[in-house]
Amino acid sequence: MIRFENVGLRYGMGPEILRDVSFTIPQRSFQFLSGPSGAGKTSLLRLLFLSLKPTRGLVNVFGRDRATITRSDLPMFRRRIGIVFQDFRLLDHMTTYENVGLPLRVRGRSEASYKGDVIELLKWVGLGDRMHAMPPVLSGGEKQRVAIARALIEQPEILLADEPTGNVDPPLARRLLRLFIELNRLGTAVVIATHDIALMEQVDARRMILADGRLHIHD
Amino acid sequence: MTDVATDDLDEFRAEPMPARNRSASRRKPTPIVPPRNVAGTALAIVIGIMTFLSCLTLGAVSLVRDSASRWEVQIASEATIQIKPADELDMEAALEKAAAIASGYAGVTEARIVDRAATARLLEPWLGEGLDLDQLPVPRLVVVKIDKQHLPDFTGLRIALADALPTASLDDHRTWVDRLVAMAHTTVAIGFAVLSLMLAATVLSVVFATRGAMSGNNGIIEVLHFVGAEGRYIAGQFRRHFLVNGFRGAAIGGLAAAATFAAFSLWSARNLATPQGDQANALFGSFSIGVNGYLGVLLIVLVVSFLTAATSHITVLAYLSELDSKSASED
Ligand SMILES: Nc1ncnc2c1ncn2[C@@H]1O[C@H](COP(=O)(O)OP(=O)(O)OP(=O)(O)O)[C@@H](O)[C@H]1O
Ligand SMILES: [Mg+2]
Repeated sequence: MIRFENVGLRYGMGPEILRDVSFTIPQRSFQFLSGPSGAGKTSLLRLLFLSLKPTRGLVNVFGRDRATITRSDLPMFRRRIGIVFQDFRLLDHMTTYENVGLPLRVRGRSEASYKGDVIELLKWVGLGDRMHAMPPVLSGGEKQRVAIARALIEQPEILLADEPTGNVDPPLARRLLRLFIELNRLGTAVVIATHDIALMEQVDARRMILADGRLHIHD
Repeated sequence: MTDVATDDLDEFRAEPMPARNRSASRRKPTPIVPPRNVAGTALAIVIGIMTFLSCLTLGAVSLVRDSASRWEVQIASEATIQIKPADELDMEAALEKAAAIASGYAGVTEARIVDRAATARLLEPWLGEGLDLDQLPVPRLVVVKIDKQHLPDFTGLRIALADALPTASLDDHRTWVDRLVAMAHTTVAIGFAVLSLMLAATVLSVVFATRGAMSGNNGIIEVLHFVGAEGRYIAGQFRRHFLVNGFRGAAIGGLAAAATFAAFSLWSARNLATPQGDQANALFGSFSIGVNGYLGVLLIVLVVSFLTAATSHITVLAYLSELDSKSASED
């Protein structure tokens, strides 16, 4: 589904953050992306989300070479990729319910056509009773779940989650992990960037470890 | 997503689901762009003030232009016979006689004697009220209206007057008209220069104030972009928001300017037939802004609103292309 070949990345004239990174992400797969802070996990996710272009190497997404994807194609690709940002990126002036429905609303879908799905999804992440709360009054863990629900509302083929357990206590982290596993069981590929070793030990999944710009894969 | 709602995650649902809040579910969706914030209010104020000032400038220029053309027409279509008092001269009879002579010439449509009351009013600013004209050797005037298509024989009239009334003189205003035309054209040219500067200042402040108000919205643009909104959609949301905001500010400024014009017209109408009113009238006609002035106000309001919307549109697209072209090597 997604294929990287000898990908290199540097910001401006800085050092190469990623060097000769090659991997594939098959459909319905589940993997952790790990490595010390500053290793380039967020940068790699941004490459997967097409919000960065590689400095060199080949990135192939859903069968298309990244270099041939134009700006006007991006919205279409982004609908097939769900992303949970490290800093959530919720709109503070909208309710939880509206934030989750946003990806559909901006596509021009009528509210009536997605209302049920949004409510269902909010219940699924355990926020059925926080539907009309605004993000500023939510706890870190609640925001995290709103961001996850928003990433899933379009039923993406792959979910990218950046430190989804960074702001929550271990029991909630475990519950979020079960949520991702459940999602994966239903057919979505999942990439979780984390440096939480304890979290990774709970699941027997593929681990992609970034260190010194290189990627090591442990199946 | 229906099939996702399995029961695996019961632990999240410890609390019972509240009944759906009907009033909340029926309310209108929150606008994509937050409706009001400090930057938006500041923008509306800047737009209002700049629109007001532009409209005032426009009004002043149109007033001067209208007056200038009125002066030309009025003064060119009039001549004056002035009769200086002299011993043994029966002023009233002399006035009648001069009027009669003038009326006899082809091209003269009317010869009107400026009566005592009107003369006193003309002199009041200089000589004060309660003036007794009989006590003073004040020259008197006959206003001669001229058919501009067929100018009368001024030379013949001048000679005829001199023969009949030695202290009478005819002024056909030619020198005045020539000077006035030159002055009016200069004034109007200066007015238009001032108006252009004012409009340029308005355009610049509206553009920069809009960009300032937009800068707080980068986070929203990014989120919309990342959830897959098309550039057109995002730009459209901001454009609509700023069109409404800009129109609100511009309309307030324009209405204030229109009210100012109306107040001036009212004031000048009230003061008609007072010495101050006559002077203002002589200079600025009725002191009222014509329909064109009000149309100009409307036009400025619309242009300013459009400019605000267009600036936000361009700013959004520029920011989006900056987001997308961000390859790491250009970052
Ligand atoms: N926009 C940017 N411009 C320049 N350098 C950047 C930019 N973003 C990230 N970097 C650099 O790239 C490196 C990798 O950053 P990245 O955010 O990908 O790390 P990370 O693995 O996600 O770290 P963390 O675990 O702390 O989130 C860091 O050294 C960082 O300073
Ligand atoms: Mg990171």
